[in-house]
Amino acid sequence: MSRFESELQVVADRVVEQAGAGEQIEAFVARGGETEVRVYEGDVEHFVSAQSEGIGIRVIRDGRTGFAYAGTLDESAIAEVLAEARDNVQFGTVDEWAALAEPDGVAVTEQSLWNDDLAAYPTDRKIDLAKELEKLASGSDPRVRVDDSNYADAHGESAVASTTGIRMSGRENGCYVSVSTLADEGEGDDAETQTGFGFSVGRSPDEFDLDRAASEAVDRATRLLGATQPPSRRVTVVLDPFVTAQFLGVISSTLNGEAVVKGRSLFRDRIGETVAAPFVTLVDDPTNPKAYTATDVDGEGLAGRRNVLIEDGVLRQFVHNSYSARRAGTVSTGNATRGGFAGTPGVGCLALSLVPGRRTQEQLVADVDDGLLVQQMQGLHSGVNPISGDFSTGAAGLLIQNGSVGAPVREITIASTLQRMLLDIVEVGGDLEWLPMRSAGMSLVIRDVTMSGS
Amino acid sequence: MCQARRVRKLGGVIERDVLQRVLAGAVGAGAEFAEVYAEDKRSTSAGLDDGRIEQVSSGRDRGAGIRVVAGETTGFAYTSDLSEPGLTAAASAAAAAARTGGGGVRTIALTPSAPHRPNNVERDPDTVAKATKVELLLRMNEAARSFGPEIVQVSAGYGDSRKQVLVANTEGVLADDEIVRTLLRVSAVADGDTGMQTGYQSMGHTIGFEVFDQVDVEELAREAARQAITKLRARPAPSGAMPVVIKHGTGGVLFHEACGHGLEADHIQKGASVYAGKVGQQVASPLVTLVDDGTMAGEWGTLGFDDEGHITQRNVLIEDGILTDYMWDFLRARKDGRPQSGNGRRQSYQHLPMVRMTNTFVLDGPDDPDDIISSTPNGVYVAKLGGGSVNTASGDFVFGMTEAYLIENGEITEPLRDGNLIGNGPKVLADIDMLANDFAMGSPGTCGKDGQGVPVGDGQPTLRVKSLTVGGTA
Repeated sequence: MSRFESELQVVADRVVEQAGAGEQIEAFVARGGETEVRVYEGDVEHFVSAQSEGIGIRVIRDGRTGFAYAGTLDESAIAEVLAEARDNVQFGTVDEWAALAEPDGVAVTEQSLWNDDLAAYPTDRKIDLAKELEKLASGSDPRVRVDDSNYADAHGESAVASTTGIRMSGRENGCYVSVSTLADEGEGDDAETQTGFGFSVGRSPDEFDLDRAASEAVDRATRLLGATQPPSRRVTVVLDPFVTAQFLGVISSTLNGEAVVKGRSLFRDRIGETVAAPFVTLVDDPTNPKAYTATDVDGEGLAGRRNVLIEDGVLRQFVHNSYSARRAGTVSTGNATRGGFAGTPGVGCLALSLVPGRRTQEQLVADVDDGLLVQQMQGLHSGVNPISGDFSTGAAGLLIQNGSVGAPVREITIASTLQRMLLDIVEVGGDLEWLPMRSAGMSLVIRDVTMSGS
Repeated sequence: MCQARRVRKLGGVIERDVLQRVLAGAVGAGAEFAEVYAEDKRSTSAGLDDGRIEQVSSGRDRGAGIRVVAGETTGFAYTSDLSEPGLTAAASAAAAAARTGGGGVRTIALTPSAPHRPNNVERDPDTVAKATKVELLLRMNEAARSFGPEIVQVSAGYGDSRKQVLVANTEGVLADDEIVRTLLRVSAVADGDTGMQTGYQSMGHTIGFEVFDQVDVEELAREAARQAITKLRARPAPSGAMPVVIKHGTGGVLFHEACGHGLEADHIQKGASVYAGKVGQQVASPLVTLVDDGTMAGEWGTLGFDDEGHITQRNVLIEDGILTDYMWDFLRARKDGRPQSGNGRRQSYQHLPMVRMTNTFVLDGPDDPDDIISSTPNGVYVAKLGGGSVNTASGDFVFGMTEAYLIENGEITEPLRDGNLIGNGPKVLADIDMLANDFAMGSPGTCGKDGQGVPVGDGQPTLRVKSLTVGGTA
């Protein structure tokens, strides 16, 4: 089995070789680049193309941890980073569980995370894609104009090495197009504007579906025109796939092993209990090649793997990195997360999804008497508390009456608690979509949610 | 008074004639503007959780972003190599990105801007021992835990940074700035019969360690603990539209979302703001005067120069309810043929600048804060706001309440669980029917826009909005 070995591995190895007796060292080295094209009214509004690189070094000695980073791979800068990390060790409190990850024998699932076609894709074609998307989105409906149309791609290479024998590197690239639309209606005091968005992702631009991205952006904006604020009441909500993905992202923070061991998870001590409706199975699987955030190794260099978190409504396990696992008396689930070289590994889900059901959104809606089709949510970071479980977000969408989608509504919130929402899931849709986020999405029906309006 | 600096100013590291050559090379046929933004930032942070200092971290970010503008197109590239060859290569990449040839023969003459330093830093973070910084977190941990037996977890963080910035452009601008930041935050978790609850406090200023001569860190920690314990007896928040009173200091987020973003000239020029075309019109209650001011000493959104090298200033955006001006950056100001306003900001040298707020606040009104509550028969009193977000095109915005109470018969009564409130910007501004005389600035915030975060400040007096939708479940 051959794996790509990055030249950055040598940089990481050289740092680790400098470890003294009784010193654990981990070096994480990364280099990456991005291209971003924004088009407006047929012209390139901006074009960004650049690379960056850096290193993060973690040192553990006698149970104390120090860390330092720099946004460069100059030799002198790396020496300074190691010195700073070593200096910082003395200020950490002794932690009996503090240690680096060790190789755990779990085989890495080979994946094609690097696409040569994308790496060789001509710049002019990238610009053409953004222009084409803008034309498609602005051409179909006279009420619609485009706020911005974008093409973006990114490539990255990283290597991690540690005194505990971890030695892993890899590279990946990916791209997407996105468009933001504005739909206008009315004049003067009655003038109203609604917004929409659409996107398409892939490992190469050949996987894009521009027509779909454009039509979704147009539909999302136009179907909210004429929206009014409805009276407050309890309803059954049907979440659009994108909204479900956002909801699952919130749920994932309650299943974070570090939150659990530090007493911050509302699901701690509940393994084996029913926490969701009986047909709900939640899986984190970065080895699934269809997931946009699929990855082969986690942030500590351990193999990514499939973890079943909730099975038929029963809580089975949490996700862990090596530290949280050690504290919990278990082993890493391969869920160390790292947001670049400038921080130490945390814990998180990598590629989450509910096991999909069988029916379409239309079929799900047909079973709802009094409800709300939620097209977008606002304020997930301000009204959702994963520790208390309170869930309250702004929303916009369409009312559902007697199984049919009806009038658009806006300036509403939807609220419940995370604990209740999982148990109140009525059905999981079959319309699975792999989205440019850490969760996949599909339509999701949840009952007994408070819609607040007038 | 002269202060010896351990690190040379960026202006010394990149010579003026190097900048002039790099800029001249960047503007070729068809390009009329180029800019170099160089940054050197050193930061230190420390985190405490579960009773332990988990780690102290040190970081260094250093590099330059080069922008080339040709007509409506901006090309941008960045590099961590500040040598002349490194900058020249980035400039060529930016020129190519702007679809121009580069290699022009213009001569650029840079004129250093007069210094503008709104902040006076007394104790540079570099001069303070790491042990002293870490000590703050241990004190906060102790204070929060001993506040009550219901406190089961405390986490706290300290962060400081010193960022040197140099901006040079083909208009002849050469501005240098240095911003020191000192930040402290603490979270507490309380456990009780109703489950777990949280409290949070933070403090941040653009001055050095001397800030702790005035800030009582134990009090900050006790406040976070008190919020968490209070919410253990919180009931579900009400649902629907009702009067909302917002305590001074914390509510600046409301204006940041209700109109702040909507008054950014990039949204205005693209017809993506409900405030477009409304200069001179009544957009808020006559009680409201809204200011964005990047010069307030020590505040989180303060800079000497914005990230395009323009001096920061105090801009009145809404006066007695009448819209007077938007906020501008270089490109938007050029398009409208008017001066910049010191609102061109970027997250780092790796990002393009755009119109951003600095410190955004509403001035005092005439009312007594106690009268506002006593004259509200029923509603919600928000003592602490979380974050928020806005759709500038539709005007709908949300903000979170992280400590709130019912108002019943003009009195503050039961604590309420967390939730979001939603409203529509212009309507909410018009519905401000009481405004107190107790102005206070709020906690440090990070404003996110188009994938970039910048530090901002906000503030307001205690006020009442006649009607806002509260997103509870009761």
